Amino acid sequence: MTTIDPTAEVIASSVEAGDSALDRLLAAVADWLTSTDHKKIGRLFLGGGLLGLLATVAVNVVIGVERSGIGNIDDGAIAQILDAQRVGLVFGTLLPLAIGLCIAVVPLQLGARSIAFPRMAAAGFWMWAGGLIFSIIALVNNGGGLGGDPDMVDLFLGAHGLMAVGLAATAVSIATSVLTTRAPGMTMRRVPFFSMSALILGLGLILVMPVLLGTLTYLFVDHRNGREAFGGNTGLYEWAGWIFSPGAAVLFAIPVAGLLAEGAPLLWKQRTPARGVVFAGFALMGVAALGSVTQVAVHNVPWAGSDLYLGGSDDVREKLYDVVPWALFNLLPLLGLTIVLLMTLLLAKPVKGARPNVTPALAFGFLGLGMVMVGMIGTALFAIDDLGLQGTVFDEGASIYVVYGTVLAALGGMAHWAPKLWGVTLQVAKLLPLAGLGVLATVLASLPSYVAGFDEPRDIYAILVLVGHILMALTVLGFIGLLITSVMSSDGGAEADPYDGQTLEWATASPAPANNFVDTPTVMSAEPLVDSKSNYGQTDSEKGES
Amino acid sequence: MQALTAGPVAAPRRQIIVGTTLAVVAMFMMVGGMLAVWSEQRTNFVERDGNWLPSGAVIPEVAANVALIAFIAICTFAQWAVWAAKRSDRGHGVFALSATALVAIMVINAQAFIYSEMGVGISDGAYATMFYALTGLFMALMIIGVIFSVVAAFRFVGGRSDNEILAAHAIYWYAMSIIYTAIWFVVYVTK
Repeated sequence: MTTIDPTAEVIASSVEAGDSALDRLLAAVADWLTSTDHKKIGRLFLGGGLLGLLATVAVNVVIGVERSGIGNIDDGAIAQILDAQRVGLVFGTLLPLAIGLCIAVVPLQLGARSIAFPRMAAAGFWMWAGGLIFSIIALVNNGGGLGGDPDMVDLFLGAHGLMAVGLAATAVSIATSVLTTRAPGMTMRRVPFFSMSALILGLGLILVMPVLLGTLTYLFVDHRNGREAFGGNTGLYEWAGWIFSPGAAVLFAIPVAGLLAEGAPLLWKQRTPARGVVFAGFALMGVAALGSVTQVAVHNVPWAGSDLYLGGSDDVREKLYDVVPWALFNLLPLLGLTIVLLMTLLLAKPVKGARPNVTPALAFGFLGLGMVMVGMIGTALFAIDDLGLQGTVFDEGASIYVVYGTVLAALGGMAHWAPKLWGVTLQVAKLLPLAGLGVLATVLASLPSYVAGFDEPRDIYAILVLVGHILMALTVLGFIGLLITSVMSSDGGAEADPYDGQTLEWATASPAPANNFVDTPTVMSAEPLVDSKSNYGQTDSEKGES
Repeated sequence: MQALTAGPVAAPRRQIIVGTTLAVVAMFMMVGGMLAVWSEQRTNFVERDGNWLPSGAVIPEVAANVALIAFIAICTFAQWAVWAAKRSDRGHGVFALSATALVAIMVINAQAFIYSEMGVGISDGAYATMFYALTGLFMALMIIGVIFSVVAAFRFVGGRSDNEILAAHAIYWYAMSIIYTAIWFVVYVTK
């Protein structure tokens, strides 16, 4: 069994076979629809994720209008809209963006010619896309978790099962790629940070998605036959709602940490010390998978009043039994993220005489991970029963912090690897204002929900959230516009290594060709390109001396 | 841009075995999650209603036990195919794979027999819907396994004697035997 996907060459030649413009267009469409090229599958996921985000923002705007008292939507419709928000944030935005970036970039970083099981990855994309479309159809026709049309509720459940299968299949493809298609000499310790985070995400999805599928199977069969086991619609969020929780969202946001770890060493062109510590950080974030599938969202942590008093040994034991699960599910992932952040700060220490090399991965990754961190802190607080945040919009704020933080990072990832995926280098000076706008949008869309959780719902909070969502839409549209204008004005080729990179993807041409590499590269260290650059990381004066 | 010419074949890294192992982990999580929900609901219903099994339900335990024993044969035949592939023994390999598929079909038949004999329809309460959902997914996994055996046999007959896919095939059936053992204990023994 080889890692070479022979279909890429066949498709490339078939595209050139047509003569007329129509032939070429049809061949190009067929190429995209049937492609097993990981870069195309990844870009399909990314495009789908951005469309899903814009649709979700529109849904959020409707919710904001309703909550701020400007509009008046009937109760039946608002239930469908709230369902659409949950589905859109997790299945429409977060998962496709995270997975798409991994599929597009990971084989390039590994020095592989193709992703493992490319047809399965392509099938995974179409299952996800089909499931999302069916889910939207169900929601529009009074389906959804709180819907009134039984057939449409069944369709909603089936659509989520289809998405779970597709995403699990894609996760197997990503994880197998990292485990089996690495370039000669690339041991697991030498795997690039982003690829390692993709592995953790893949393994997490392999653990989580089948549990969702099993639960949905129960719900589907029960809903069609008697509804005695799970109580019909009401059981949906009781038994499968955990997939929409902020805790689960943290698992899907792990590549954000990988992106930041990828960009940090490029700032002052250094090798990363203690790579194992960063890997441990990713793994700790992966513990969120455990918190997801155990379906425990609320913990009775001793917090208020006399509960703070520690009595005898029995009392201490009882309080430990309360605190340990909460800390395991909520603080360990946060610790992992903190480790990655601290390592980044370590690498951000200025080097005398050197010029900083700010990359999109660093800028967007840092801001995105910061937003995810605030969301994780919110998730940890929400789980404490004594704070009384249950039943408020606090968890919605935490979810949006995590999802929009991941969106920011995905935009940064797309910009960072744009030379390989689209053959253009986006100017950092034009990207930074978009990053700032994205952070402002995320804070406005989320922070008021945190405040409302401790306070009470007020119109002003809803209006601020509304403005935040609109700003996020503008950020994404601005990014898409920048990308399209850059591609349109491109003369067909970008610099192969515009950021003075350290990993293998920068060793191939821009855009990356169908099979990625002419020769299989051999790796001697964790930063293979640094080995081949004699004056890498030297200041101007040091270069002069040498 | 023109497609690149193929480079040297990458060193084999047991891609199918790794992929199958990850798929097996996913299967364990799916069935494990379903059994956990089963146990939770069983406790809830017993506490609330005092009973869990529908009245008049008779579970044919002999068929369930025979199916459990059949998995010993399935795993033995699957491992026999691996042994034959290592020796490039096509006759033994095809016979072992055919026997694996045949016994797997017998397990499917045993499950169908349980459905027909237990006298519980899919709409007969909470137990029934959960029973059919769980065992239905198990049947789907069995059918996937039979297809896996048939595909592996055809590859073997066609001269592709790579034992990697046969090792992956054996891993799949070992995993299925573990899965059925768990289902047998939770659903057919403790009920």
